[in-house]
Amino acid sequence: MPSLLILVPLVGILVLNFLFKFVVRRAAFWFALALFATQVIITFLHAPFFYAGNADRFNPFFKVVFNIDGISFVALLCIEIVCLASLVVARYTLHDLSQRFNFTNLLLISSIGMNGLVLTSDIFSLYVFLEVAAVSSFIMIAFRRGKRSLEGAFKYIILSAVATVLMLAAIAILLLACSDTSFAAIRQGIGQSPESNIILFSVGMFISGLFIKAGLVPFHAWLPDAYSAAPDAVSVLLAGIVTKACGVYTLIRLVVSVFGFRPGLSQVILLLGAVSVLVGALAALGQNDFKRMLAYSSISQIGYIVLGLGSGTALGLAGAVFHFFNHAIFKSLLFVNAAAVAEEAHTTDMDKIGGLSSRMPVTGSTSVIGFLSAAGIPPLAGFWSKLVIIIALWKAGDIAYAVIAVLASILTLSYLLSMQRRVFFGRLKQGLEDTREVGPGFSFISVLLALIIIACGLLFPMVFNAIYAPIKQILIQ
Amino acid sequence: MTNLDLILLILMVVAAVWAVMARSLLKAAIGLAIVSIVITIFMFEFSSPLAAVFELSVCSGLITVIFLSTIGLTRPLSHKELLALARDRGRRYGFLPLLVIACGAVLAFLLLKMPLDLEVAKNTIVAGAREVLWNARHLDLFGQIMILLAGVFGAVLLFRENSTDEW
Amino acid sequence: MNGSIAEFFWVFAVFISMLAFAGFYCILVTRNLIRALIGLEILNKAVTLLFIVVGYITGRQALVQALVITTIVIEVVIIVVAGGVIMSVYRNDESLDVRNLRNLKG
Repeated sequence: MPSLLILVPLVGILVLNFLFKFVVRRAAFWFALALFATQVIITFLHAPFFYAGNADRFNPFFKVVFNIDGISFVALLCIEIVCLASLVVARYTLHDLSQRFNFTNLLLISSIGMNGLVLTSDIFSLYVFLEVAAVSSFIMIAFRRGKRSLEGAFKYIILSAVATVLMLAAIAILLLACSDTSFAAIRQGIGQSPESNIILFSVGMFISGLFIKAGLVPFHAWLPDAYSAAPDAVSVLLAGIVTKACGVYTLIRLVVSVFGFRPGLSQVILLLGAVSVLVGALAALGQNDFKRMLAYSSISQIGYIVLGLGSGTALGLAGAVFHFFNHAIFKSLLFVNAAAVAEEAHTTDMDKIGGLSSRMPVTGSTSVIGFLSAAGIPPLAGFWSKLVIIIALWKAGDIAYAVIAVLASILTLSYLLSMQRRVFFGRLKQGLEDTREVGPGFSFISVLLALIIIACGLLFPMVFNAIYAPIKQILIQ
Repeated sequence: MTNLDLILLILMVVAAVWAVMARSLLKAAIGLAIVSIVITIFMFEFSSPLAAVFELSVCSGLITVIFLSTIGLTRPLSHKELLALARDRGRRYGFLPLLVIACGAVLAFLLLKMPLDLEVAKNTIVAGAREVLWNARHLDLFGQIMILLAGVFGAVLLFRENSTDEW
Repeated sequence: MNGSIAEFFWVFAVFISMLAFAGFYCILVTRNLIRALIGLEILNKAVTLLFIVVGYITGRQALVQALVITTIVIEVVIIVVAGGVIMSVYRNDESLDVRNLRNLKG
């Protein structure tokens, strides 16, 4: 049953802390690895469960209704894969055993938070699990206590808490009209007073809170600092899934299941998505730090997902969900490579490094695959998801937004190409002659992520059908 | 009872503005505690005793203690830096009371005569708060346990000394 | 009947908004990390009061109390973690001026 996804990590934490502390700490990593692999398997085993139509399943263990459909399936898969990647990166970048142990525990708590967030169908439980994921992220950013990490963590705490306050206030006002905090009750309550300004205001407040969490422009102030200042394993986690699950997934879930596609709402979402796409891409062009550029690139890609959502059609939503999955994979891959570079070359300043692909062939080539997918080059997966979003925008009549998406694609290609050229191609800079390739485990995860990208790109029709059909069914409801 | 409510509300806003503007952080923490106490009184008045006790013990108690210990454990700035900041302070915070009163006046003018343009859903179930918490909101309880676990990790990881404390 | 409920709600809403405004202003303007935390707390208090008022109007105190208790627990954990970050900043740096930390621009 899906509640296993929440309970298994909890059991993992208990075992880790009460058993392994006294036994062998080194084994903790392998244990957690096995646990996340199990989570992936559990998710796949439940696939027919997830696709059996848009049924809200009553879960006997927790006695609440879970939200099971095609969108949550994709999100859960992303969560497990990115957590796995982050764990492997932590194994090779956190050299202190106790730090690694603490990180593993926090990762397990964070995965409980995100899994619960995806599965819940009650708006207040959504907030609770959102906070669980957020608090564990704060601690993960700050726990090594470097000066920059602490500042990034504090900014993230304050902005995240402001977003939380906005969401809570909106829930409180919505409670005036709705009999309960579950999705069904709120949908009904909103439906009963469609012309109400108060409800419009509260929905607007809630969506603003989600925009801050998602890192959409102009609420993105915390994102570059948090991503670049965090330890490398944590950046993989943040960029790959935490921001997306907390912000974008909740936005998709609420617009689809609760608030509905009102025209005003769609316009706002489209506008902010387009602005994020452009501002993120333009800002990324001027960066000198590898991780900071990737952070601005994340803002831009999240704008794409939001554009797909804003189009209001099943095709657009399917494109958005597919891009959600692709972004989780390719952005994690790029951050894993950034971690590899930081680990071996001891800096992420792109002015200081160059020509690394001669010394780090695996990292260089997987980075090429990651960047091609991010830039939207066929036949890799990123191309397909962007194409679907652009076509959906075109068909829905938002021609201007489709043009903006295409333009931003060109910008994406240019800054990623510049990154690739500066870091990996060209001549080897002085002082870097003795950088070695990273260990086999590190390379394994990069290769695995790259293979997933290639597979999704080549098998696009099958993959896309698996996403599109359930979404059409969801939107009809 | 409405006159008493108005007085309490005004007291709450005054205490909050004082907490923001007070030069000494200790006085700010006390202002925050006063806001919490007023909220507790409102909770008792609106027949929410469970939440009132929680708010009183946790927010005016525990959080004030946390603030005071954080304030106490971190030394203030040196005298010269304090002077430099102080000159700046008046300019930054001086307008706050006026702005707050202006905000209140504008909102009161706009909102007070408006009807609630939504159907207010009245209660149909009669149940105590304890039953609701323990029987109907299991997922929230689970989430609370998780966040407390995360908080314990955070406290241990962030508060310990820089020495060789092993966890 | 609806009119008096509306007036009751709006009176409280005005004061809650004033409280929220003070909280936002505090976070925006302060240079001291601890004061930013105080502003955050004021915002949380405003939302708590909003919940209680809504609960009283709709007669659903039970549900609202459960929600408020959960919110308070989460709020405490966030304060503890933020306090921990502040203490670590202090141990690294010995000053609590937020102005000091504006060097991550770009």
